[in-house]
Amino acid sequence: MTYEFDFSALLPYWREFAWGALLTLQLSALSTVLGFILGTLCAIGRADGPRWVKFLVACYVEVIRNTPLLVQVFIVYFGIATLGIRVSANMAAVIALVVNVGAYTSEIVRAGLESVHKSQLEAADCLGLSRPQIYWHVVLRPAVERVYPALTSQYVLLMLASSITSQISAEELTAVANRIQSDTFRSFETYIVVGVIYLALSFVVRIALGLFGLAVFVRRRKLGTAL
Amino acid sequence: MSAVVRLHNVHKSFGSHKVLEGVSFEVGRGEVAAVIGQSGSGKSTALRCINALETIEHGSIDVCGHAVHDPKLDRRSLRRDVGIVFQSYNLFPHLTVEQNIMLAPTCVKALPKAKARELAREVLARVGLEAKAENYPEQLSGGQQQRVAIARSLAMQPKLMLFDEVTSALDPQLTGEVLKVMEDLARGGMTMILVTHEMAFARKVASQVIYMHKGKVWETGPGSMLDAPKTAELASFVGSGL
Ligand SMILES: Nc1ncnc2c1ncn2[C@@H]1O[C@H](COP(=O)(O)OP(=O)(O)O)[C@@H](O)[C@H]1O
Ligand SMILES: [Mg+2]
Repeated sequence: MTYEFDFSALLPYWREFAWGALLTLQLSALSTVLGFILGTLCAIGRADGPRWVKFLVACYVEVIRNTPLLVQVFIVYFGIATLGIRVSANMAAVIALVVNVGAYTSEIVRAGLESVHKSQLEAADCLGLSRPQIYWHVVLRPAVERVYPALTSQYVLLMLASSITSQISAEELTAVANRIQSDTFRSFETYIVVGVIYLALSFVVRIALGLFGLAVFVRRRKLGTAL
Repeated sequence: MSAVVRLHNVHKSFGSHKVLEGVSFEVGRGEVAAVIGQSGSGKSTALRCINALETIEHGSIDVCGHAVHDPKLDRRSLRRDVGIVFQSYNLFPHLTVEQNIMLAPTCVKALPKAKARELAREVLARVGLEAKAENYPEQLSGGQQQRVAIARSLAMQPKLMLFDEVTSALDPQLTGEVLKVMEDLARGGMTMILVTHEMAFARKVASQVIYMHKGKVWETGPGSMLDAPKTAELASFVGSGL
């Protein structure tokens, strides 16, 4: 059996593909930023918060890490609808992705926080810095620098996993592809093209995060050594 | 002479382990007190109590007008008056020497960046390290890192400086450069309490030597007391050549 590839049928759709790629990037960029903030706050809460905060964060992390992303997306989507709040599918997708990646981020950042020696906090405390100042200036930057490779992988994974939100008809690359293949009946070709685009997007995300790291971790950029 | 630091009958235990058992001493303005004694005798703990890093069970500690034993102590205002330097330097590795020094003045005293930079250059000059302002801690020797740590404390213009075995991790040559900085400080009138194993330094610089043994102040007096110990414990401690 031979299959005749015909990519030419997809050519007229290049704008749609490009548009879908852009939407996926937007969706994952927003989820990454918000997920990082949520995850970091959770990590700090778990490391240094009152007992009930530690407990809540632990529950949240375990629930998210032990349920499928698709189910989480559906629960957020239908849950919001049930509450009578009207949000777009894309907004629901962002919320679900943030909740998901926040949990993973919190575990990664927690490892980073633990790598900062207690004597560093004590020294800052003795200089008169407040708790938030200590976290912001002394703890967070070295902590995040040490786990930055793990965070980068997590956010590439998030970008790829965002394809699942096509299930609640969020507008992104996979949703666009689903539409194109039903228009053209060239399913195989469509998903090959989409696969290649995701591959390219992974590189884009990696490079973007790499550049961001260079901008933020000045010491590393200048000396090239690990903390 | 008004005492800058006054400990009265201070008791402190970790669990059931009694570490300080009625420690009392006073340090006056401009005085340099050297705390000596075997390892485990409670020297570090006493120093940490003065800076409210540990809470005490019994007794009183007054530091620059702050009642440190009071549960309602305003720790941050105490920290403005007291600087402390540790054996392990504890510089912030991701910040340059200058940023290490500027951090507290900008955060705590809301000093503008330019003013803080000026201040950083000034204190670095005092420890002889102006040239290292742009370097990172890992690029410095242990002695240089310790001098930066001292400069970082000085930038907060404390009324009292505490030093906990700040030269113990250094080889003799580097020890010398750090001790010189401390001697200059003492000569400049800074009130200092230092835990040290450098007997020669204690003898030369300290106006008061405090010998601690088993959680108590065993013997105290001027530097010359090291030459004529009254107790057998101090005699054997000095004799052991520590
Ligand atoms: N955080 C702590 N928890 C439990 N025990 C401690 C703690 N800090 C110090 N100790 C104990 O208190 C005693 C005195 O310690 P320390 O004050 O560090 O002595 P020194 O500085 O004179 O060597 C030691 O036996 C030590 O093991
Ligand atoms: Mg000690």
